[in-house]
Amino acid sequence: MAAEPLIRVVDLKRSYALGDVTVHALRGVSLDIAPGSFIAVIGASGSGKSTLMNILGLLDRPTSGQYHLDGRDVSGFDRDRRAELRNKKIGFVFQNFSLLPRTTALENVELPLLYNGRGHRPAERHAKAMSLLQAVGLADRAHHTPNQLSGGQQQRVAIARSLVNDPELILADEPTGNLDSRTSVEIMEILQRLNRERGITVLLITHEHDIAEYATRVVTVRDGRILTDEAVARQRDAAAELAALPPVGSEA
Amino acid sequence: MGIRETFRLALRAIRRNKVRSALTMLGVIIGVASVIAMIALGSGARAVIDEQIQSQGTTLIYLSSGSFGGPGRAHGGSGSVTTLTLEDAQAIVREIPTIGLWTPGVRGRAQVIAGNNNWNTQFEGGNEDFLAVRNFAVAEGANFTARDVLVADKVCLLGATVAKALFPDQDPIGQVIRVRNMPFRVLGVLAEKGQGQWGQDQDDFVVAPWTTIQKKLLGINYIHQVSFTARTSELVEPTAVAITRLMRARHRSPGPDQDDFSVRTVEEMAATRVQMASTMTGLLMSVASVSLLVGGIGIMNIMLVSVTERTREIGVRMAVGAKTGDVLKQFLAEAVALSAVGGFAGILLGIGVSEAITTSLGWPVLITTSSILVAFAFSAGVGVFFGWYPARKAANLDPIEALRYE
Repeated sequence: MAAEPLIRVVDLKRSYALGDVTVHALRGVSLDIAPGSFIAVIGASGSGKSTLMNILGLLDRPTSGQYHLDGRDVSGFDRDRRAELRNKKIGFVFQNFSLLPRTTALENVELPLLYNGRGHRPAERHAKAMSLLQAVGLADRAHHTPNQLSGGQQQRVAIARSLVNDPELILADEPTGNLDSRTSVEIMEILQRLNRERGITVLLITHEHDIAEYATRVVTVRDGRILTDEAVARQRDAAAELAALPPVGSEA
Repeated sequence: MGIRETFRLALRAIRRNKVRSALTMLGVIIGVASVIAMIALGSGARAVIDEQIQSQGTTLIYLSSGSFGGPGRAHGGSGSVTTLTLEDAQAIVREIPTIGLWTPGVRGRAQVIAGNNNWNTQFEGGNEDFLAVRNFAVAEGANFTARDVLVADKVCLLGATVAKALFPDQDPIGQVIRVRNMPFRVLGVLAEKGQGQWGQDQDDFVVAPWTTIQKKLLGINYIHQVSFTARTSELVEPTAVAITRLMRARHRSPGPDQDDFSVRTVEEMAATRVQMASTMTGLLMSVASVSLLVGGIGIMNIMLVSVTERTREIGVRMAVGAKTGDVLKQFLAEAVALSAVGGFAGILLGIGVSEAITTSLGWPVLITTSSILVAFAFSAGVGVFFGWYPARKAANLDPIEALRYE
């Protein structure tokens, strides 16, 4: 493991007040994630993995504990500083794709560029977004709106969007949860490729063991604690699996 | 996000819900249109008053017998008091150097006969400067002279209305009219002036030397009124004050309650009318403002609906890096765009309504650039004011909950 981890969390706790009851979603999680790794966090619903993902994704703040992102302690950052870091360092891929409705794929991909404070000109934005749509194989669908795209295509648009500000980390929260198995493999292929070719750290949240095996390391979470943390014995190779699958005439 | 980008997004969001946006704007449109129309009516009324002041002469000061004021005391109205004399007028002119022209005034009503035509009209007596003081001009013929006044000659000038009534198809000049069996020779006809500030016909009267009216027609030895002009409009006030002071001294009046005369300036009289017009405009304006307010509430309502509907969108924007200020700006821009577009349409409608009022009712309207700018700024302000709360609500959403919102 590299000397300087991209993510280091120490004794992370998060509790919510639900009426009179205090719910302890995270009860002390410590974890180091090296840059360039592909790590899966696996756990049943209610295990605390979503809470962990929200905190690692800077959408939420821990009740106690430390979170170092890229060497900086970010656990005390306020809303706007977290938004800025999300924009620059983290790309999100969600189970429900979370694309803006009635907005073209191109504009969806451009969205994070509007908030990075660099004031790109429209032409610049289009060019950048277009090159990423090309990378996920959707250049010909650039002007389609989400409801004109299949689930797999929507998720690929979401991946392109997550990449547009050149993040160091992609947080994929159940990215294949709404997709059929073949499309799931296609999505995992893209994530593996980004991890290998661009050295982007990928953090995959899932409850499916077979999806977790595309990562190099699997962390199991239960009851707000890390249960196991082990390397994957035989990493699945999505590209090879795709090649072995019978070819489809055209993707639905 | 830049301001242009923000407004481009806002306009697009508005276009997405065309019917809803149009209905929301309707409130602002009606509000702004009525504000514009009301201001136009008010300015129109004021412009007419200004014009009428000009037609009377802005430097005019009236000294009338009798007083108007004083609560609880019996007073004679103007003209029923017999203490104002030519000597008063002469003393004033002698002692107050800021007076320009002046004329004594006596008046009465009489039936005027010329051939088969007759007309009941006002008689005004003045000196040779009467026309200059009261801002009348001779259209045809000539004014009477100082000598005519001195010898109380039976000559007269006809107001345009009287000339038309008595001599519908004849040149009145040189003709003789009869008043209480006294023949008056017509020297000239006055130029038309139109309606006065109270709506009266300013051309329905006959002018003759005051000496003639006083002695031969009315048989009195006092005068009703003296009209002065101040040398400049700045001197109107001090001159009026000086006249009052001198008159109090001459008539031994200790104060306004005891005065047997009154001094009024045209400006003062017009001020009353401007006051009335302003009150009316203010009243109508406040009604118009209420509709603008209601329009603003409509915008707030629809923005709240929009924030709820687009909770997911807000969550996505926040996840990819939109800051509190970005979301606030976006929704504020939508509210402002709604009200500004509505305001623009309202201005056009308001101009249309004003034009319609002029053509159908004949009321004067005046649309000023400032009223348009004010209305536009006001409607944009309504957007900011009523858009703030929904935008604040959107900006303060929790990103996790917003993302999960179904």
